[in-house]
Amino acid sequence: MQLFLNQLFNGIEMGAVYAAVALALVLVFRTTGLFNFAQGEMAMLSTFVTWQIAQAAPILVAIIAGMALSFVGGALVERTLIRPMEQKGNPLGTVIITIGLFIALNALCQLIWPPSRAQSEPFSMPRPWPTRGTIEIAGAQLKWFTVWLVAILLLECLALYVLLQRTKLGLSLRALSSNQESSRLVGINVGTMLMVGWGLAAAVGSLAGALLASRSNQFDVSLMQFILAYAFAAAALGGMDSPLGAVIAGFIVGIAEAMAVTYVDAVEGIPIVVPLLLIFFVLLLRPEGMFGRKVVQRV
Amino acid sequence: MSLLSLRGVTGGYGAGQVLHGIDIDVDEGEVAVILGANGAGKTTTLRAISGSLKQVDGEISFDGRNLRRVAPHQVARLGISHVPQGRGTFTDLTVDENLRLGAVTRSDPGVAGDLARFYEMFPRLAERRDQAAGSMSGGEQQMLAIARALMARPRLLLLDEPSLGLAPLITRDVFERLGELNRSEGLTMLIVEQNATLALGIAHRGYLLETGSIVAGGPASELAADEGVRKAYLGF
Repeated sequence: MQLFLNQLFNGIEMGAVYAAVALALVLVFRTTGLFNFAQGEMAMLSTFVTWQIAQAAPILVAIIAGMALSFVGGALVERTLIRPMEQKGNPLGTVIITIGLFIALNALCQLIWPPSRAQSEPFSMPRPWPTRGTIEIAGAQLKWFTVWLVAILLLECLALYVLLQRTKLGLSLRALSSNQESSRLVGINVGTMLMVGWGLAAAVGSLAGALLASRSNQFDVSLMQFILAYAFAAAALGGMDSPLGAVIAGFIVGIAEAMAVTYVDAVEGIPIVVPLLLIFFVLLLRPEGMFGRKVVQRV
Repeated sequence: MSLLSLRGVTGGYGAGQVLHGIDIDVDEGEVAVILGANGAGKTTTLRAISGSLKQVDGEISFDGRNLRRVAPHQVARLGISHVPQGRGTFTDLTVDENLRLGAVTRSDPGVAGDLARFYEMFPRLAERRDQAAGSMSGGEQQMLAIARALMARPRLLLLDEPSLGLAPLITRDVFERLGELNRSEGLTMLIVEQNATLALGIAHRGYLLETGSIVAGGPASELAADEGVRKAYLGF
């Protein structure tokens, strides 16, 4: 029981990170209709930028500044790299651009923040809240750090939900994912909305990256490499275009991973098979995921 | 001066030219109809006006303002609501959200009042306000598309084949509503339609479009009396 609970808490902690990155993937998928393979590396770059700012400013300021810069960066990526290819009507080309961006951003980070530097001065993200202490539940230890991490990421999801469901900007974003042509005809500036969608996704990823990095003593350019696979699994399981689905599925993936590595001997040491198997079975059995859109149309 | 006027408008897609120099006028408060067979260029004409057609030349002016090379979302903000062919429903959003999107560019306090007014005008939409718009019947979606367009308080309504895919009785209902809107509120409309009888019934002015050229135009009653039009489009 104690082991089970400890693993459950671990699963929830990682699940919150998967949920946030999955949410970023879903935001891009809804606006642009494509998987951004560079989403994780964009978040990784954001994390380094946040870290750099944190060298000179309080960590909370650094996180917020990092999110704001990521918003601008995400919007610029859409405008300068994605849209020109989209306008050529080449969706495969756009996907390849995101893969190229994945590699380029990773290399860029290594140039600016050389991994060799980590030996003398490790990249260590300050924690934005008091981290000491645990809560004991039936003999298992729930860290206050986990409670805060989950609370903040859930708060972020809630803020996004309110933005999407309750504001005019959110309505415009949802209109865009429903029908681009009609969005234009009702007066929505589609280009601006695409940039907003990418910007929001980058900002969400930035926060997830910073919190993930502060979880351990140091981080490096591989911060997001595995996370992306888990986030893809969560996004697919939740239904690629459902923000709510992405969040719920993020926690499911996190818990499934923690349980599998504990109780299934076969995946010991290779937890990455958990999300990959999940992606496989979701696509095979229920491609629209748990909450995905099944278009009902009568004419 | 007309509210909308097209002079020598040409345009098309890729290497194919669809419009070969079109002249059209629509006066304020009037219903104008463009009749024509499939492929004549009716939809392309409306797309040229609303800025959706990329390759377009000639003069398009709305209220004295040149519309050529103006982006669709800016044309919409100038007061032209375009209901595209197939109605352009936001299928996975609710009826209420669809209507609110019609007014997405407005920031005046009258939006809530207009919403209430259109729910009263179209009770079916009120019954289904929280339902996904795509789950409604074609006729209901057409009503929704019209109400959505009106939510923008347009000065000109462009309608692309409102009868498409609808049963005859429902088509008649749609045109009755449109005629009513024009009479009671003076709403200016440019309608593209294959159902000539119904369309000319509510129109003041008509044009006949054949393979990208206007071959006849004038008061709707004259067009309806024209021998050639009657034979080709009215069936008697």
